[in-house]
Amino acid sequence: MSTQSPPDHDKARRKIKAVKKMKDIMMLYYIDAKTADQNGKKVAWITSGGPVEPLIAMDVIPVYPENHGAMIGASKMGADLCEKAEAMGYARNLCSYARCDIACATVNGGPIGGLPKPDMLICCNNICGTVLKWYEVQARFFGVPLFILDTPFNHTDYTTEAHQYIQRQLQEYIVFLETHCGRKMDHDRLAEVGRLSIAGQRLWQQVLDMAANRPAPMSAFDAFFHLSLIVTLRGTQTVVDYYTELLDEMKTRVAEGIGAVPAERYRLLWDNLPIWFRTRWLSERFGAHGACLVADTYTSSWAGSLKYLDEDDFLGSMAEGYSRIYINIGTDQMAERVIEMVQKYGADGLVLHSNRSCKPYSLGQYDIQRIVQQQMGIPALLIEADMNDARNFSEGQIETRIDAFMEILKAGKGAVC
Amino acid sequence: MDMFQTFHDVCADPNDYARRWKAATGGKVVGTLCSYAPEELILAGGALGFRIIGGSSAISKADAHLQSYSCSLIRGALDDALNGRLDFLDGMIFPHTCDSIQRLSDIWRLNAGTGFHLDVVLPVKLNTESARDYMIAVMGKARVELEKALNRQITDDDLQQAIQTCNGIRAAMLKLYQIRQASPGRVAGRPMHAITRASMIMDRHDLLEALTGVIAQLEKQPAPGAASGKRILISGGVCNLPDIYGLIESCGGSVVWDDLCTGSRQLTGPIAADGDRMAAIADRYLSRAICPAKHAGVTARGDELVKLARDSKCQGVIFVFLKFCDPHAFDYPYLKKMLAAQGIPCLLLELEEQIAAQGQLRTRCEAFLEML
Repeated sequence: MSTQSPPDHDKARRKIKAVKKMKDIMMLYYIDAKTADQNGKKVAWITSGGPVEPLIAMDVIPVYPENHGAMIGASKMGADLCEKAEAMGYARNLCSYARCDIACATVNGGPIGGLPKPDMLICCNNICGTVLKWYEVQARFFGVPLFILDTPFNHTDYTTEAHQYIQRQLQEYIVFLETHCGRKMDHDRLAEVGRLSIAGQRLWQQVLDMAANRPAPMSAFDAFFHLSLIVTLRGTQTVVDYYTELLDEMKTRVAEGIGAVPAERYRLLWDNLPIWFRTRWLSERFGAHGACLVADTYTSSWAGSLKYLDEDDFLGSMAEGYSRIYINIGTDQMAERVIEMVQKYGADGLVLHSNRSCKPYSLGQYDIQRIVQQQMGIPALLIEADMNDARNFSEGQIETRIDAFMEILKAGKGAVC
Repeated sequence: MDMFQTFHDVCADPNDYARRWKAATGGKVVGTLCSYAPEELILAGGALGFRIIGGSSAISKADAHLQSYSCSLIRGALDDALNGRLDFLDGMIFPHTCDSIQRLSDIWRLNAGTGFHLDVVLPVKLNTESARDYMIAVMGKARVELEKALNRQITDDDLQQAIQTCNGIRAAMLKLYQIRQASPGRVAGRPMHAITRASMIMDRHDLLEALTGVIAQLEKQPAPGAASGKRILISGGVCNLPDIYGLIESCGGSVVWDDLCTGSRQLTGPIAADGDRMAAIADRYLSRAICPAKHAGVTARGDELVKLARDSKCQGVIFVFLKFCDPHAFDYPYLKKMLAAQGIPCLLLELEEQIAAQGQLRTRCEAFLEML
C-alpha cells in the first residue's frame, strides 16, 4: 500500500516559473545546433565535463551526447535504443548513455530526431574512461577528428606532473581548434568567456545554496532540470542571465516560504546521476513522506571547481579546475565532500543511486555510505538502478525500500505516523 | 621429467609459491593487477612482481565494497585481500588501467591492509609528446616512491640489470610463441598456459633460466608433423580460466597466438639498450601492444589485431574477456568488423564469475571450430 500525498493547495504557486524559459532556451539551442551547417557554423560533440569555453570562444556550437542522453531517458526512449546497441554487438553492461547515443546515431532516434553530425569530437576523461571508448566509436562512425583531454585520476593529490601534462594538452586543444576551424583563437575573447563561465558557475552555486533554507524552495529534482544550461552553454551571457533570474525566483520563494515539497519534514541528500526516466515518480514517492531531496552531489559538480578557477587567468587555471572534479578524486575525498553537504544542507539521510552505468560514481559508494554513517550517524538508502536503461529498474522493490527507509527516518526523528 | 614441470609447480599454488620465495630469499613481494605495472622497477628494487588475475574462492567480503556489476578480477582480488589470503604481500602497485581498477585502488587503499600502496597514474593517451613526458615523469616518481616503500635504493645499475632480465624474458617468451605458431603441436595448450601464468609470478631470474632451458630442449626435438587443429588466435583481456588453451585444443583447435592481457600483450616491446633508462622504460610502455583502456589512435588496436591475425595465419579469432569489462566490450564490435573484412570469423566468450559455465564454453567452442 503506497503512502498517499496530502492535498497540495499551493500547487500552482509551487511551480517554478523559470521552467518555461529554460525549455525555450534549450529548444533554440538545439535548433541552432541542428541548423549549424546552414549558418556556416561548426558543431563539436563534447563530454559533460569537457572544457567548453574554447569552443564558445571560437563560435563552435557545443553539443552534448550526455545531455541528449538525459533527454532520451526522460522521454522513456532509453531501453529501446539500448536494445538496438546490443543488437549492434555492444554488451548490455556498458554505460547506457553510450549505448543510447551509439544506437541513436545510426537511426537518428531520440526525442529530437537525433543530434547534428559533429565536425569534431572533444573528449575529456575527467568523468570516466568510458567516454574515451564511446568517442572512439563515434570518431570511427563519423570519420571526424577527435581531441582527447586526458586528466589523470587524483587518488590523493593533484600532482605537479599531472598539472603540467594537462596544461600542455590545453595548448594542444587550442591548436586543434585553430586547425579545424581555420582561424586563430582570440585570447581576449577566451578570457571573457572564462569570466562569464565563472560568473555562471557562481550563480549556479548560489541557486543550489538556496536549498539550505527551510523549507527548501527547490529540490534536487528541480536542480536536475535547471542544470542543463551550466553544462551546455557555460561561458555565455545566456547562462548568466538565466541563473540570475532563477536565483531571484528562489529568493522570492524563500521569502514567501514556498517549498518544493508541500510539508517538508525530512531533508535528504541524493548521490549519483538521476534516474532520468523516473524523476517525477521518485519526487512524488519521497514527497508523499514529506521528504525533500534538498541537494545532490551531481548538480553541485558544475560549481565544484570554483575554488580552483581564477577569473583573471582562466586558461591558466583550467587544468586544475577540470581535473579536480567530484568523480575524478579518491573515494575518501568524495566522502568528505558528502559530509560537507550533509552539514551545509542539514540532511537527515542519504539516498545513494547505485547506477549500473557509472562505475566511477557507483563503485566506492558502499564505503562512502559507511564513512558518512560513522561520522554523521544518519541513515542511508541504496537504490539499485540505472540512469537511462529502464530495464534495470524494479519499481515495486524500490518503492518498498523507499517506504522502509522513510520509516527508519521517522522513527529516528521521533515522528508519529 | 616433463620439461615444463617447474612451471606447473608454480601455477599449482601461486600464493604458496610467493610465501616460499619470501621465506627462502627474505625478499619482498609486490602485487599487481595489470600488465602496465612497471615490472622493471619492481625487479630493480629486488622485489618479486606478483600478478593477481582473480580471486581464489567464492566471494564473501567483497560484496560489502563492490557492487555485483563489477568484474570478477576486482571482486576476486579484493575478496582475497579482505580475507587475508594475500597476507604475503608487502605492497601493491596500481597502474592506471580502467574505471574499475581506478576505484578498486581507492577501496583497496582504505580497506585491504596489504602493505604499501602505490598509485602510478599512467597517461591514457600514448601517442603524443606531452603524454610521453608525463609517462617519464610518472615512472620517475614511481621509482622514488618504490625506493621508500622497499626501503632501499634503485640505482641506474639496478635498472639496467632489471631491463636486461625483462628483455631476456620477453624475448624468450616470444620465441616460445613463435615456436608454437610455426608448429602448434610442439608446445601443447596446458604447458603453454602454465608457462604464461608462471611468468607473471616466478622469480624472474629463475624464470629466464627455465625458459632458456625449455627453448633449448624444444629446438633439439625433431620437427613434428603438420598440426591437426584449426588455427585459432585468442584475443582479449584477463583470462582467469585455469586452462583456456587446453580447452580450445580439446575442442579441435590449435592456439597459434594470443593477444591477452594475461598473455602476449605484456610481452611485446623490448626496452632500448641505450639512452636514459627511465625514458627507455617509458617508451616501452608507450609502444607495447596496446590495451583497449589506452588510446594511440582510433583504430590502433584493430590494426594490431588484423596484423596478428594475418601473421599467425589463423582461421578464426576467439575473443575472451570478463563480463563487466567495459574497455574490451566497447572494442569488440569494431574488431569483429575489421576481422570480418579480412574474411576471419569470430567467437565471443564472456567469462563470468562462476567457472561452472565451462560446459557451455566448450559447446560454443566446438560449434565455432566445426564451422571454420
